Amino acid sequence: MIKISKFIGPATLLALAVAAATPAVAKDYTQFGIEKDLPGTCSYEATDAKDYSGRSLNVITHAIPVIGEPTALHAEQFAALTGAEVNVVHVPFGDLFQRIMIPFQSDQNAYDVLFYASLWIGDFNRFLEPVPQKYIDSTGMSDVTDSFTGVATWNGEMIQYPMDGDRHYLKYRTDIFDNAEVQAKFLADTGSALTVPETWEDYNQVAAYFNNRDWDGDGELNYGSAEVAKRDDLMFSAFISRAAPYAKHPDVKGGFFFDLETMEPLINSPGFVRGLKLFVDAQKSFPPGGNNFGLGDEIFSFGGGQTLMSYSWDDAYVQANQKDSRIRNMVAAAPLPGAGEVWNRDTGTWDTFSTPNRAPYMTWGWSSAVSQMSEEKEMAFDFLCFFANEANAKNDLQIGRFGVNPYRNEHLDVDFWKGQGWEDKTAESYVSTLSDMEESQNRVFDLRVPGVSQFMSSMANGVAEAMAGQKSAQDALDGVAKEWAEITERIGKDRLRAAYANVVKLEDNEG
Amino acid sequence: MLSSKHFFLLPALLTLVAIILFPLLFTVRVSFSSWDVFQSGLDFIGGRNYVRVFEDDRFWQSLQRLSLLSIMSVSLQYTLGFALALAVWKQVRGGRLLRVLFLIPMMTTPVVMSVIWRTVFHESLGPVNDILSAFGVGPVPWLSSATGAFISVLIVEVWQWTPFMFLLLLAGLVSLPKEPYLAAAIDGAGTWRTFWQVTFPLMAPITIGALIIRLIEASKIMDTVYVLTSGGPGTATETSSYYIYIRGLRDFQIGYSAALSLVYLVIMIISLTIIAKLLLRTLVGKDE
Repeated sequence: MIKISKFIGPATLLALAVAAATPAVAKDYTQFGIEKDLPGTCSYEATDAKDYSGRSLNVITHAIPVIGEPTALHAEQFAALTGAEVNVVHVPFGDLFQRIMIPFQSDQNAYDVLFYASLWIGDFNRFLEPVPQKYIDSTGMSDVTDSFTGVATWNGEMIQYPMDGDRHYLKYRTDIFDNAEVQAKFLADTGSALTVPETWEDYNQVAAYFNNRDWDGDGELNYGSAEVAKRDDLMFSAFISRAAPYAKHPDVKGGFFFDLETMEPLINSPGFVRGLKLFVDAQKSFPPGGNNFGLGDEIFSFGGGQTLMSYSWDDAYVQANQKDSRIRNMVAAAPLPGAGEVWNRDTGTWDTFSTPNRAPYMTWGWSSAVSQMSEEKEMAFDFLCFFANEANAKNDLQIGRFGVNPYRNEHLDVDFWKGQGWEDKTAESYVSTLSDMEESQNRVFDLRVPGVSQFMSSMANGVAEAMAGQKSAQDALDGVAKEWAEITERIGKDRLRAAYANVVKLEDNEG
Repeated sequence: MLSSKHFFLLPALLTLVAIILFPLLFTVRVSFSSWDVFQSGLDFIGGRNYVRVFEDDRFWQSLQRLSLLSIMSVSLQYTLGFALALAVWKQVRGGRLLRVLFLIPMMTTPVVMSVIWRTVFHESLGPVNDILSAFGVGPVPWLSSATGAFISVLIVEVWQWTPFMFLLLLAGLVSLPKEPYLAAAIDGAGTWRTFWQVTFPLMAPITIGALIIRLIEASKIMDTVYVLTSGGPGTATETSSYYIYIRGLRDFQIGYSAALSLVYLVIMIISLTIIAKLLLRTLVGKDE
């Protein structure tokens, strides 16, 4: 009779040997809506190993959609993985700033985690907890591009947690620009070749030529340009995109919006005035009602095939290339147009450039942070690290309405975008445009200082007055400059200068 | 001397203090501070915010615009509301259904309706210009020209609030005594004469009440402007309440916006009191 006990020892050894030789089977996290978990510091697996049962996290974010939607999604996932209770408060954009600021100013620990517009760092910085080194060293963070690391940094310290990357660039219809027949007709009619606009003057000229024509043959009129021109609806970003190449001289350091030394506003300098004049002139190529277009209208107009060109964030580009879009793969990206003449404030003259001066504008973008008052800082940072982990970031990028755009080097991968069904030119032009912006030495960033909303609201009002014909470009910007000087006075020049130095550092590539 | 019965007043008194007096007094206190995005807390800067209000051209221009908009919209609402109330006052077929239909705009949420109207007025994609183009008209710059935007805001306001006027005036008409009408009929007065010499004078107290209530509401117009035009193009539709919203909630100039609000409140109280007195004198013939 064979004794079973004799087999137990060898069988156990064999089982252990087999187990050791077989690679561990990765846990399946596809029930969370991701394709697969990706390795990284804050992967699903790493987060799953944490236990925050019985603890809670309060998060404030934008209303659904845009960043509110991924916040809700990742909060739910984080809660399921760690056992934490994550309470998410969704607030409309118009209320978001004050809903964060009032508790800060009144020393209330209302929220542990905050999602907000990255340019508010100038106001919020003194209330934010610096990102601990272990998260700075995390796999996801080390791949964040230099620009967006800079956007998250204040006085040399990272205080915002990067989870989005925004910038303005040009979008245009390739079925028109690459059409030989159209090119020939454009040449015959205008005497110049049809090329992707190199300057804003070119842009206006091409937009005017194609305005009010049915160039896509669908029986409906098409228009030249869709732009965000509605006051108080991010129009300030559109204006800065247009003015930047005329006002941001690559050889002049020390401030774009202000002269850092004197803190005198530069907003009414000839470069900005030229940009505004061209913005006003461009209105004639807008679709009917285009000077009341907010961001949603701009996305809809270009993404829906109504207009030939547009410039703003990625949303219109993504919408134009969605599976159900009738202009899918008929669009390409390019750098924002530049300027042949640039105002040199050091010499007080216009300098001529044989190759147009470009001034890529890294504007806006969602960001996140942890409040200094939070009693759950570690869990809060773990949540943000999980939110932005490799699998979530890739997933979020693919969903246009989430408002998450490339901010890591790995996102600037042509193959990834081709994998979304984008054809070569659509994917390559997109990636090369975004990558070149990262390399640029003449970038413009938002005015990230205390009271940024006051400065931008004043600018938007002045620009809107000029756009509506209530004032000339010069008069409107003189009015803005006067108001900026008053705001500066109220904030205090030194306080403003100290904050603005952070922006100048980024723009002068010293950061 | 206080007795136990006075304690029954306490809940009402406390409620009054909590919801009216405290916020008002707090706003007064805030208006004397420099509370701003970079300066938290209630410091004391004297009347500096008030001096700034009187130098703020944009605020005064927005107030003029608001006055024009309020007077025009309330006048139109009154005229239309009265006409509709008269139409369904007498027994007409389907009168009950019409009454309900007329009230629908008032029951909708202003922000939601403004979004819908914004789509309706969309100059290239909206239905209004589409319909007009079938008659060879347009495109009309509903929201992109100063006049168009002002008229669009006016249309939405009139559409939304005429039912309220209709409701008040219809209630008034229903409560009118029958005897003056019998007397007028015996005297051989026609419809037109009966209206001007019987209905209109009898409705004067209700008219005054309705106009004042609507003027108070109309002077607070904010959501329609916010959604429809954001105050633009330029500053063509920027009203006082929208301007105060920008300064207070967008710019986070809490102290200054408190001063703006209080100046605005005082102006409203004075002007509405004057309007009420004038209406009384004109419509009722006495100053009560």
